[in-house]
Amino acid sequence: MGSTLAEKIMARAAGRDTVTAGEFIVADIDLAMVHDIFAASVFDMLAEVGGGKVFDPDKAVVVIDHLVPAPSAEAAAVHHRIRDHVARLGIDAFYDSGEGISHQLLPEKGHIRPGMMVVGTDSHTTTHGALAAASTGIGTSEMAYVMATGRLWFRVPETIRYELRGSLTRGVSWKDVILALAGRFGSDGAQYRSMEFGGPAVAAAGMSSRLTVSNMGLEMGAKFALFPSDAVTAAYLADRGIEDVAPLEPDGDASYEAEHEMDLSALAPQVALPHEVDNVEAVDDLTDITIQQAFLGSCTNGRIEDLRAAAAILDGRKIAAGVRLLVAPASRGVLSQAIDEGIVATLVEAGASVLPSGCGPCFGGHGGLLAPGERCIGTHNRNFIGRMGSPQAEIYLASPETVAASALAGRIADPREEAANV
Amino acid sequence: MSETGAMMQGRAWKFDHDVSTDLLSPGTYAVDPVEVRMIHTLESISPGFASDVRTGDLVIAGRNFGCGSSRETAAENLKALGVACVVAESLSRLFMRNAVAIGLPVLICAGVHEAFADGDEVAVDLAAGTITSGDGDRRLQGEPLPPEMRDILAAGGILALLDSQTAG
Repeated sequence: MGSTLAEKIMARAAGRDTVTAGEFIVADIDLAMVHDIFAASVFDMLAEVGGGKVFDPDKAVVVIDHLVPAPSAEAAAVHHRIRDHVARLGIDAFYDSGEGISHQLLPEKGHIRPGMMVVGTDSHTTTHGALAAASTGIGTSEMAYVMATGRLWFRVPETIRYELRGSLTRGVSWKDVILALAGRFGSDGAQYRSMEFGGPAVAAAGMSSRLTVSNMGLEMGAKFALFPSDAVTAAYLADRGIEDVAPLEPDGDASYEAEHEMDLSALAPQVALPHEVDNVEAVDDLTDITIQQAFLGSCTNGRIEDLRAAAAILDGRKIAAGVRLLVAPASRGVLSQAIDEGIVATLVEAGASVLPSGCGPCFGGHGGLLAPGERCIGTHNRNFIGRMGSPQAEIYLASPETVAASALAGRIADPREEAANV
Repeated sequence: MSETGAMMQGRAWKFDHDVSTDLLSPGTYAVDPVEVRMIHTLESISPGFASDVRTGDLVIAGRNFGCGSSRETAAENLKALGVACVVAESLSRLFMRNAVAIGLPVLICAGVHEAFADGDEVAVDLAAGTITSGDGDRRLQGEPLPPEMRDILAAGGILALLDSQTAG
């Protein structure tokens, strides 16, 4: 019996020839990421019970991305403590406030390689499955344990295979693919499971699209959301000076708990309605949902490809009166490139406000919070009650194309109509 | 920490499906101390919960309890308020890991959402994986936690386990 991608990676991490779904293993951790909400707690815990030293400072990455720039004296004090810890512990891979979102920086700066076992104190750590890394979120106590020992227990998950074929039509993106999957299989449709994407459509998906899909695999409950390591992966890593990346694919006779198919050719733009990510409808089924805020950014859709797609629709036009368009490039590198390409000028002339590179309004920490009764459509990954301020506000999730078209219209709008005019 | 086979008995606070970490631990109070955070636990859907829940009470919920973020504070808030155990139709992976890691007992039990009402007296036997009504009329069999997770709970959490390992 062959192995799934998850079983292959976990076997290596456990120092075994093979492992099988359902087994408990202790895995060696190749990379451990902590961000500003939890880093100080993790290192405080480490000082108390873990001997105070990181198992290997070269395998730790610290990112200040959630509360940037610090919106309160308390947050500033937390950041200050993190900087002290980082210096004391000798961690070189430290990205301070404004560098970007962890899930963007780890791939962008070349920290992720196929086959790695990665943990992070953020649920969307599944993002790095786009580069065939078994990557998942853990809490602060477990991270303190990892920082002390370099190991963690895992249950080897069952794998669900998603076989994707066909080509996306104009105005439809991979955000729509993962929203459609969430709508079809539910917010717990991959609970405890490893999602594994394959099929002819995957070979044609760029790294940015894969990162979007793996990021939101978590919203279906996934432990990992894995793409194979192929020519797209090798090219992305070669751009970062990482050569000789071996392909990593599941065995042909791997055992799956379930296998699902989807034809992308027939897919319409999708929108997740309040207050669940799996409350998904095609955009053409929605009428007269006015919006007060549109958000373009986050670890899901804050990359240069996303800003380009939105700018193509907004170019030379103005957003509707009464709409606030907030744009948070996922990293300083993305922002810099967007400036070079004239995208920032296009967005600002259309009426956008550009926020610092960070998590921004997505997690409700600060910047772009909503009043009771307000509606926001955003490219991010969660629309839970109270996520962006008032519990009486409504959050809709969609692609960069749909968010841009909606900002122009002042209501949720079909980007295929706008895309036809581009 | 008592042995996880111990019975836990108390009032049930019942919640629906997909109770998220944003509800259990709102992001606005993300870096506040637990004394502040716990006051806001579930306030968006159950304003009286944090003030009225008593030590030893239990939480009963539907599918996908604790969905959303990695924030351990979602489990920590419940533990700090005195919740003895969470029994749900299903738990998000992260919530389940975090609860065990900090020593908050959990039980996955099909049918629990339907079988019990808010305010019911219930008893949970973790080792057996059962939940029983106070009058003994209704008993459901859940999925007992695997030994690997029960060991962490019995130690009082993963850091207590680490402490004992390094001390040993």
